[in-house]
Amino acid sequence: MGVWQSYRLRLQRKRWKIRAFRKRRELKLVADRSGQIRPDDILLFCTQRNEKIRLPYFLRYYRDLGVNHFFFVDNDSTDGSLDYLAKQPDVSVWHTRASYRRARFGVDWLNWLQRKFAHGHWTLTVDPDEFLIYPFCDTRPLRALTDWLDASSIKSFPAMLLDMYPKGRIDEQPYEAGQNPIEIACWFDSGNYTIKRNKRFGNLWIQGGPRSRVFFPDRPEKAPALNKIPLVKWNRAYTYVSSTHMLLPRGLNLVYDEWGGEKASGILLHAKFLDTFTAKAAEELNRRQHYAASVEYRAYAEKLKDNPDLWCKWSEKYINWRQLEILGLMSKGNWA
Amino acid sequence: MTRRDDSFMSVGIIMLVHTALDRAEQVARHWTAAGCPVVIHVDRKVPRKVFAEFREAISDDPLIHFCRRHGCEWGTWGIVAATQSAAELMLARFPEVRHVYLASGSCLPLRPVQELIDYLAARPRTDFIESATTADVPWTVGGLDEERFTLRFPFSWKKHRYLFDRYVELQRRLRVRRRIPNGIVPHMGSQWWCLTRRTLSAILTDPDRPLYDRYFRRVWIPDESYFQTLARLYSEKIESRSLTLSKFDFQGKPHIFYDDHLQLLRRSDCFVARKIWPRAERLYQAFLGDGAADMKRTEPNPGKVDRIFAKAVERRTRGRPGLYMQSRFPNFGWENGLTSSPYSVFEGFAELFEDFETWLARTTGARVHGHLYAPERVEFAGGETMMNGALCDSAKTRDYNPQAFLTSLIWNTRGERQCFQFGPRDNQKIGPFFARDPNAQISVITGAWAVPLFKSNRNFADLRKLAAKLQKIEADHLDVLRNQWSKARIRIWTMAEFVEAPMEPIQTIIDEIAPASQRRLTEAPKMVNLSGFGQFLQNLKNQGMHPYLMGDFPITHDNPSDRRPVRRPYLVR
Repeated sequence: MGVWQSYRLRLQRKRWKIRAFRKRRELKLVADRSGQIRPDDILLFCTQRNEKIRLPYFLRYYRDLGVNHFFFVDNDSTDGSLDYLAKQPDVSVWHTRASYRRARFGVDWLNWLQRKFAHGHWTLTVDPDEFLIYPFCDTRPLRALTDWLDASSIKSFPAMLLDMYPKGRIDEQPYEAGQNPIEIACWFDSGNYTIKRNKRFGNLWIQGGPRSRVFFPDRPEKAPALNKIPLVKWNRAYTYVSSTHMLLPRGLNLVYDEWGGEKASGILLHAKFLDTFTAKAAEELNRRQHYAASVEYRAYAEKLKDNPDLWCKWSEKYINWRQLEILGLMSKGNWA
Repeated sequence: MTRRDDSFMSVGIIMLVHTALDRAEQVARHWTAAGCPVVIHVDRKVPRKVFAEFREAISDDPLIHFCRRHGCEWGTWGIVAATQSAAELMLARFPEVRHVYLASGSCLPLRPVQELIDYLAARPRTDFIESATTADVPWTVGGLDEERFTLRFPFSWKKHRYLFDRYVELQRRLRVRRRIPNGIVPHMGSQWWCLTRRTLSAILTDPDRPLYDRYFRRVWIPDESYFQTLARLYSEKIESRSLTLSKFDFQGKPHIFYDDHLQLLRRSDCFVARKIWPRAERLYQAFLGDGAADMKRTEPNPGKVDRIFAKAVERRTRGRPGLYMQSRFPNFGWENGLTSSPYSVFEGFAELFEDFETWLARTTGARVHGHLYAPERVEFAGGETMMNGALCDSAKTRDYNPQAFLTSLIWNTRGERQCFQFGPRDNQKIGPFFARDPNAQISVITGAWAVPLFKSNRNFADLRKLAAKLQKIEADHLDVLRNQWSKARIRIWTMAEFVEAPMEPIQTIIDEIAPASQRRLTEAPKMVNLSGFGQFLQNLKNQGMHPYLMGDFPITHDNPSDRRPVRRPYLVR
């Protein structure tokens, strides 16, 4: 990469930082418990809107992994989730009515909070429907992973988004608060992913899975990106560029090995397709607050009119991380 | 009385500590509880206050002493200086110590300490120190092996990497070579040793020690060579192995043990393991708890641990062949296997034989697809619309990334051989990929694409145009196959050639696909009726097109399969 290109990316990073700084005004503090944070705590950042039903399990899951403090940005929820979050002992929460889209889908807000609170911490950035799986997650806490990453001088850890879906109609089994959504949406596509390299930012661009298969069979290039880098040893100079798909400086995106080896990686189980999805899709379509003029949600709405069954004969049923490793969706790398 | 005997001939433990002081205390107390005196060296980087608290907390134990503190940075002299100070203190304070065991704060004794004491008591004159000459060790990371001893390393590798590298370069260019004092032979090995008082005191009181110290001060990673080299001068008996189980990854940093390694560590029968994750509560409980296991007199057996960690290194450096995923995306030429297992590509066979696909599936037991790269849709075996891994038959999805489609299919069906048809009508973008894949077995009958044209009922002018186009595409494809970079197992016949003697080549191909069977084919695929094909080609010629890929088909060529319906020799034997 030339000096010029490198300089331009630097400018871009500054621009996102300034933007995040401006967008800080949109955030109204509701509960700030960041004073509890100790120097080596693991932090989690999340934006949410009307996800109250998912929050109890979400918080429990990440507390069990060993996340010490949660930062939420509540985007004008109407279901009481803001109050729920404000009552949690390990949650700091901000509220905003501003446009999700114009905050670049929440990235600006979180970039600001991360810059302010996450410097020097291992930082996990996920949505309320994403559940991190990493090698040995059934026997080793998240801290074991971050300690190992520290010892290996690795600053960012990738986890591809794996769309999970139920067998049968999406709305067949109702989801209840506190329930593990993977009990319902326990199926996934194991081997229909395509990867391209993004020359500019150095990250991989992964597409495929059930969303590509069912909603975009004739426009695979429109299918949503699945590559994510949710776990980063944060520095105030870093910014997420587009969702958690890529970061600047671009060195953080080099989470894959280019010389034939495998680096360690995880999976984000994406429990989007529950019975709540049909209503959500309709709402999001109206709000038009999603990526690329909500092309994704338009495709969903179109298909969801018919029988929405994402399951097929070759779907795999989720068992554990070892299964995902054997299937080649994630890797232990040299962690043993 | 026995108790007195044990402590009289006891083992002294040196602990080098820099973090997780609470665990260090726990382990130190475990050693002293069994009567082993402990000398602890705490890195100078640990703040004075923290050190004072640690010292205070542990001060009730008379068998624990602290030595002078040195700054210990990885790869520098400080670690050796720390070891020397601690060893001197140990030998001076505890005259009953016969063996000195060097350990770190993150080491964990796996077997009852008494077993270690007995083991060493049975080998009173043996030094356990891994020690090999530089020429013989494969484990150096970063390319510095012999040069560790002949160059100077004043700059820190961790903090001043740039200066470190430049200075090495400069010395190489100036051909600077240090003289090795007194003609000692540099040896290297694990930092964690167990030496006898005799050897250790000889090293520490050597009149030439200032000379050696000055020399090793500028050697790269002296903690892996100082004692390893000097022990060779004095030891009566060296066992060149470490009693500490310690594995290194490809970057040269130690692997860490966690709770889930409990059974593995138990079965290893090693005395001490390194490095333990400080929060591995279950390990500390299991190995330091009271429930001391029944005494065993077995030799340490780290084989299984070795295998697991060797596999991890292999995975990190070589990866799984044919896998493309979020954390493995090799550059061109670095794939270490473009695909995960062998497969076959057939070009022109399905056109020349009527029931080729079903015949092939029956004969070989492989999964035989149609034209996977057909323009309309993916022709999966058996007319399926989905395949393993939820690959779908959408041509658009496939063409979005033709290479990923093939690698995914081969990866998803590991353990079952895949065969598919290919021809000039198909998406040609995949051609160069399978041509350079050693896993591909490509068999081509050139010009066979003309058979469906010959059989079709279409307007001849259209056929002529189509034939010209397909011939051009196939010619380009053949150029790719014949390219010098092609690594696939490629066989090409012209159609005329193949029709003359079809069974021989088919037998060869089948034998390659299913070598286990090694049977002679009893049943041949049925060739289409080719009478009139020569005339068809002549007609094309008459229209000004030049069909040459089929080879020489005489106009009057009878259908050869009629003439020699089955080649009998293949039946007998």
